[in-house]
Amino acid sequence: MRTPAAQKHVPPPAELPGVRALLVFGAVGLLFVTLLGRSLWLQWMENDFLQSQGAARFSRAIEVPAHRGRIVDRFGDALAISTPVKSLWVFRDKIDATPEQLRNLARVLETTPQQLSSRMKGEGEFAFIARQLAPETADRALALGIQGLNEQNEYRRYYPGGEVTAQVIGFTGDKDAGQEGIELAQQTWLGGTPGSRRVIINRRGDIVEDVASIHAPQAGRDLALSVDSRLQYLAFRELQAAVERNKAKAGGLVVIDAKSGEILALANWPTYNPNRRDKVAREKMRNRALTDTFEPGSTMKPFTIAAALEAGKIRPDSVIHTEGGELTIGKQTIHDAHRAGPLTVEQVIQKSSNVGAAKIALSLPSETLWRMFSEAGFGTAPKTGFPGEVAGRLRPPATWKPIEQATMSYGHGLSVNLVQLARAYTIFADDGELKPVALFKTDGAVAGRPIVSVKTARAVRHMLELATLPGGTAPQAQVAGYRVAGKTGTARKIEGREYTRKYVASFVGMAPVSDPRLIVAVMIDEPSGGDYYGGSVAGPVFSSVMGAALRMLGVPTDAPVDNVVLPRPEAIVQEET
Amino acid sequence: MTRVNVVLLCVLVACALSLVTSRHQARRLNVELEREQARARQFDVEYGQLSLEQSTWGMPARVAKIARESLKMQLPAASRVEIVETPSVK
Repeated sequence: MRTPAAQKHVPPPAELPGVRALLVFGAVGLLFVTLLGRSLWLQWMENDFLQSQGAARFSRAIEVPAHRGRIVDRFGDALAISTPVKSLWVFRDKIDATPEQLRNLARVLETTPQQLSSRMKGEGEFAFIARQLAPETADRALALGIQGLNEQNEYRRYYPGGEVTAQVIGFTGDKDAGQEGIELAQQTWLGGTPGSRRVIINRRGDIVEDVASIHAPQAGRDLALSVDSRLQYLAFRELQAAVERNKAKAGGLVVIDAKSGEILALANWPTYNPNRRDKVAREKMRNRALTDTFEPGSTMKPFTIAAALEAGKIRPDSVIHTEGGELTIGKQTIHDAHRAGPLTVEQVIQKSSNVGAAKIALSLPSETLWRMFSEAGFGTAPKTGFPGEVAGRLRPPATWKPIEQATMSYGHGLSVNLVQLARAYTIFADDGELKPVALFKTDGAVAGRPIVSVKTARAVRHMLELATLPGGTAPQAQVAGYRVAGKTGTARKIEGREYTRKYVASFVGMAPVSDPRLIVAVMIDEPSGGDYYGGSVAGPVFSSVMGAALRMLGVPTDAPVDNVVLPRPEAIVQEET
Repeated sequence: MTRVNVVLLCVLVACALSLVTSRHQARRLNVELEREQARARQFDVEYGQLSLEQSTWGMPARVAKIARESLKMQLPAASRVEIVETPSVK
C-alpha cells in the first residue's frame, strides 16, 4: 500500500547482513560458473553432435534433376523426348487402404479394385502399384490420402516416330541409359547427370539460401539428326508396301543428299514400336541398312566400268564381245540372263551384262579394280557413328583368282551394306567425288574426296541413265518430270557355301541427272511374290520415293512430265546378278 | 569523448539493423528466385510435353492417314501435275 504520505519519506539505507550478501553473491556466482561450464561443454565436447542436429533442421541437400537431351530431326521436330512421369509403390505390409479408398484409387488408375488388391498382396515386400503415370494422374491418386502409398519420380522416353524411325533412334533401357541405335552411340552427349546442392530452408520449407553446389548437374544436350521426318515416313511407307507386295523377308531403303552426304531417310523392315517393346524380337531391332551385309550383284558394275575408264582400257563406245552370253574361266562359266551380240560399254551397263563386265574386269590388274572398290568405300565401315555398322568384305587383291576377279566385277564374292552402296554412288552423282556419309546434321556443302575424273563420272552417269530408259533393265524406275539414273541388282543369296534360289533385289539411283540432288538405294531381301528382278521389285520403290521426295524438296524438274516411257512388259530387259 | 561514443553506438546500432534488414531482404529474394526457378523447370517440363504432343499429332504417318481416310484425299497422278517454272529458282 502506497500512500502519498509514504512517498515523501526517504527510506533509510538498506543494509543486508553480511552472511546473506555473501550467500546471494555466492549463489549467483555459482550459477554463472555453471552456465559458463555448460556453454564450454557444449562448445567443445558436444559441438559435432549439436552442429549436425542444427544442420538437420535447416540445411538440406537437394537433388537437381537433369533430363536426357532430345533427339530431333533436321527441322527440329522431336524424334525422342524425355518427360517426367511418376510411379506409385507400396511396402506390402505397410499399406492400409479402406475398400472405399481402393475403389477411388482404381477409378483414378483406370483399373479394378480386385487387380489393385492382388497387386498389394503378392510376394515380396515392395510392389509397384502403377508405373510411369502422367504426373497429374499420380497426384490425384496420392490426393486420396491412402496410408503407405508412395511416389517415385522417373523419366520416360517417348518416340513420336514410333516404328518409322525405330531402328535409327534405338531406345533407352533402365535408368534412362541408351541401349540401341543413336541412343546408345550418343549416350555421353544425350545423357544428363543429376546434380545436388546444399541449401538452407526456413520453417515453411522455402529455400532461403544457397550454400554450396555439391555436384553440378550436367543437363543432357539435344542432338539433331540429318533425317528429314517427311522423307523418312515416305521411305518407310513405300518400303513397307514393297515388302508386302513382294512377300519379302526384309527390306531397307536409304535416301542420301548427294551434295552433303547426309542421310535424309533410313528405313528398315521389319520394324517394331519402340514405345511398346516388351516382346519384340531382337531381329526386328537391327538397322539392317547399316549392320547387315549382302552381295550387291550388278549394282557394283558401274565401279568396274569406272575403274576401266580411268585406266584408259576402254571408252564408253568401245565394243565388247559377249561371247553369246557365256564365258568360261577355268572350270566355271559365267552366264548372262539375256544372250546378246557385241555390246558397247554403255550397253553393258544398260543391259547389265555379266560377261561384258567380267571381260572388262579381266583386262585390268586386280590391284586396279581393288583400289577402285576400296576407294569407293567398300570394305571399310561408313563411319556414320552408328553402333554396330559393318565394313563388309573386300578381300585383298593378292588372293583373287581370275574367276573371282570376274565375279567381283558384277558384285559377287564381296559384301556391302546398303548405306555403303548408296554413298559410293555419290562418286557418279558428284562428278567423281566421294562424300562422307553423315547421320547428324551438317551445314552447307561438304568437301568430298575425288576418286575418279569428272569425265569418267559423267560417262558412267550417262550409262546409268540409259539403264532406266527403254532398252535398259529398270524402266520402272523412271520418274515423271525428272531424269533419273541408276542400276539394278538381282543377286542370288549364299547359304553356307552354295548359291541358293533366294534373291536380293536392289536398285541404287540418283536424280535429277542434270544435277543430282538425291541418291536412293533400295534393297528387298528374298522377294517371293513371283518376281525377283531388281528392276521390277526395287525399281518402282525407287521411282515413287524419288519422285515424291524431289517434289517435296521443290527440286526443279529437268524433263517434261510425259517423259516416262514404259516398254511392253515382255520387252523389259531382265538380268540376274 | 562520451558524445563520440554515443554517436558511434548509434552508428553501430544502425549498421546492425541494416544488416538484419538486408539479410532478410536477401532471403526473401532468394525464396522468390527459387520459386521462379521451380516455375522455369515446370515450364521446361511442360514444353517437353507439348513438343512431344506436337510431334505425336503431327507425325506424317498420322497426317497421311487422316488425309486419306477422313478427308478422302489422294496423290494426283503425275499426268495431272502441272509444274510451274519460277524464275528465282535456279
